Amino acid sequence: MRAAILQNSPSQQAGRARQTGLAERVFRIRESGILVVLVVFVAVTTGVQPRFLDAANIQFVLVDTTTFALLALGETMVVISRNVDLSVGSVVGLSAYLSADLFASHPGIPIPVVFLAGLGIGLACGIANGIMVAAGRVPSLVVTLATLYIIRGLDILIVGGNEVDANQLPNAFLDIPKDTIGGIPDIAIAAAVVIAIGAYYLRTYRSGRDLYAIGSNPDAARLAGLPAGRRVFTAFAVSGAIAGLAGVLWAAQYGTINSTAGTGYELQVVSAVVVGGVAIFGGSGTATGAAIGALLLTTISSALYVLGISSFWDQAIWGFLLLLAIALDQTITERLTSALRKRRTRHE
Amino acid sequence: MSNLTERFRAPQLQSALRWETGLAVVVILIFAIGSAASPDFLTGNNLFNLGLSNGEIAIMTLPMTLIIISGEIDLSVASILGMSSALLGFLWARGWPMPAIFVTVAVVGVAAGAVNGLLVTRLRLPSLAVTIGTLALYRGIATILLGPNTVSDFPTAYTNLGVNAVPFTGNDMTYSTLIFIVLAIVFGVVLHATPFGRSIYAMGASPEAAQFAGIRVKRIKTILFMVSGFICSLAGVLWTFRLNTAVQNNGLGLELSVVAIVLLAGVSIFGGKGSLIGVVLAVLAFAGIQNALLLTNFNQEATGIVTGALLLASVFLPNAGRWFRRLSHS
Repeated sequence: MRAAILQNSPSQQAGRARQTGLAERVFRIRESGILVVLVVFVAVTTGVQPRFLDAANIQFVLVDTTTFALLALGETMVVISRNVDLSVGSVVGLSAYLSADLFASHPGIPIPVVFLAGLGIGLACGIANGIMVAAGRVPSLVVTLATLYIIRGLDILIVGGNEVDANQLPNAFLDIPKDTIGGIPDIAIAAAVVIAIGAYYLRTYRSGRDLYAIGSNPDAARLAGLPAGRRVFTAFAVSGAIAGLAGVLWAAQYGTINSTAGTGYELQVVSAVVVGGVAIFGGSGTATGAAIGALLLTTISSALYVLGISSFWDQAIWGFLLLLAIALDQTITERLTSALRKRRTRHE
Repeated sequence: MSNLTERFRAPQLQSALRWETGLAVVVILIFAIGSAASPDFLTGNNLFNLGLSNGEIAIMTLPMTLIIISGEIDLSVASILGMSSALLGFLWARGWPMPAIFVTVAVVGVAAGAVNGLLVTRLRLPSLAVTIGTLALYRGIATILLGPNTVSDFPTAYTNLGVNAVPFTGNDMTYSTLIFIVLAIVFGVVLHATPFGRSIYAMGASPEAAQFAGIRVKRIKTILFMVSGFICSLAGVLWTFRLNTAVQNNGLGLELSVVAIVLLAGVSIFGGKGSLIGVVLAVLAFAGIQNALLLTNFNQEATGIVTGALLLASVFLPNAGRWFRRLSHS
C-alpha cells in the first residue's frame, strides 16, 4: 500500500512487490475465510433444514442484506480512513420518514424523485459530518456521536407521534423490494453493482488508495502530500448519501415508518464491516469483505429462525462472532508483520 | 507580559480549568433558565425526580471516565446493566434468596468486565471493536436469560429503595443520587490523589512511556474494565428496582449517553486528559437539560439535539480558542 507512495531503487522495489504480494495474498485469504464460514454455515443449515435454501428464503435474506450491505460500503470507506460514522442509523431514520412522507403529502410524485430526495437528505448529513471532521480536525467518533443524537432529535421533532403507513405509499414503491429477476431481488442486484463499483474504486483509483494510506498513517499521508482532509470529507459524504438511499429502501421494505426507524443500526453496520475484515483503526479491508460480512450476519439470523432456534440467540451469536473475527484479524496481522520483517532481513 | 505568565502556568491545567469553568457557567445557566421558565424547577420534588431518572447513567459515567482517560473505551456498559437486570429477574423468578442474587450479579458483572479487559490487554485488540462485540454478546445473554418475559414481582422492601428518598434528606435525595455522590468522591480521590490515578493519566497520554516508566499498563486497564463491570451491574440492580421490572432491553442504548456525558466533561477521547469535577458538572448539565426541557413543552424525546449540540461544542470550543490564537499570532 505504502509502496505506491515511495520511489525506491529497482531491487528494493522488487522486494516490496514480493511483500505486497504476500500481504495481498493473506488479505485475500482473510476475505475467502469469511466466505468459507458463510458456505459452511449455509451447507450445515441446509443439511438440517432443506427449507433454508428455498427460493422464498433466499429472497428474504437477500432483501434483508441489501440495505445493510449498502450501509457497510459507506462505512467501509470511512473506517478505512481511520474514522467512524456512527450517525448512519439516524440518517436512515430521517431519510426513511421524509421520503415516505413525500408520497403521503404529494400523491403521484415519481418514485425516482423520492430516491433522489432521500439521497440528497443523506448527502447533506454526510457533508455536515465531513466538514466537521475534515476541516475541524476533531475526532469523528465524537462528531458522529453528536450528529447521531442531533439527526435523530430532528427526526423526532419532525415526525412527532405521526407515522407513515403502507396504505399511504404507492404499490409500485412497496413492490420494489419484491420484484425479482430469476429469483434474485432487483434491489440486491442493484446493490451488488453499487458495491462492485465501490470495491473497484477503492482498489484501483488513486483517491481510493489514498484512503488506505490515510488510514495506515494519517501524518505520513499528509506529509506525502495527500489531500487527507478532502478524501476523508468525500468518504463521509458518500457514507451519508448511501445512508440516505438506504433510508428510502427501508421505507419501501417496511412500509410503516415512525421516528424510531433505524435506531441502533450504526453498531450493526460497524459489526458487519469488522466481521468482513476491515480493520477498525483503518488502513486495510475491502468493500466486498464488508458486504460478505453483512450477508453472513443476516444469514445467521435467518438460519436460527429456520432451524427453530429462538431468535433470542441472535445477538449473543453476533457478538461472539464479532469477537472471534477481530481476534482472528489480530493474529493474522501479527503473523503477517513478523513474516514481512523476516523477509526484509533476509533480503538485506 | 501576559505571555510570560502564560508560560509559567501548566498548560494542561490551564485549559482544563477553563473548560470546567465554562461547564459550571453552563450548569448555572441551565438551572437559572429552568427555574425562570418553571417555578417547579428548583423544588425538592423536582430535584428528586431529576436524580431518579438519571441516577444509573450518572453512576456509569464514573468508571467510563477512568477508562477513557486511560486511552480505551467501554461501549458494553449498558449491556452489562441489561444483563445484570435480566440475571436478577431470572434468578428471582427461580426462587433464589436476594443476597445470593446480589453476589452472583456482582460476580457476573466483574467477570464481564474482566472479559473486556483481558481481550483488550492480553490479545491487544482495540477496545472500540471488542466492546461493540461484547455489547452485542452481553445484551444477547440478557435476551437468552429472559426471552420475552418480564419479571416484576420483586419484594417492596427492595423496590422501595428504587423510588423512595434516603431518610433524613427531606425527601430530596434518591438512593442512586447518594450512591453517585459517594462513588464520585471515591473515584475523584483515586483519580486525582493516588499514584494509581496518576498512572491512568500517564498511560492515556503515552502507553509506551507509561510502560517504560514501570507502570503495569495491562493490569491497571484490566482492573478498570472490571470496576466498570461491577459498577454497571450495580446500576442494573438499581434500574431493576426503580422500575420494578427486569426485562431484556433494560437500559438499551444508554452507552452512547454515558460516553456523551464523559466527552462533554472535557475528557479527551484520545485519553490522558480530563477531570472528575468536569464529569460531575457534565452529569448536572445533562440531567438539568433533560429536566428543564421536560418542564417546558419541548418534545422530551428530542432532547438529544441539545446533548448532541453540547457534545459538538465540547470538541469545537477548545479548538476555536487555538484557531483564534493562531489567527492573532499571524
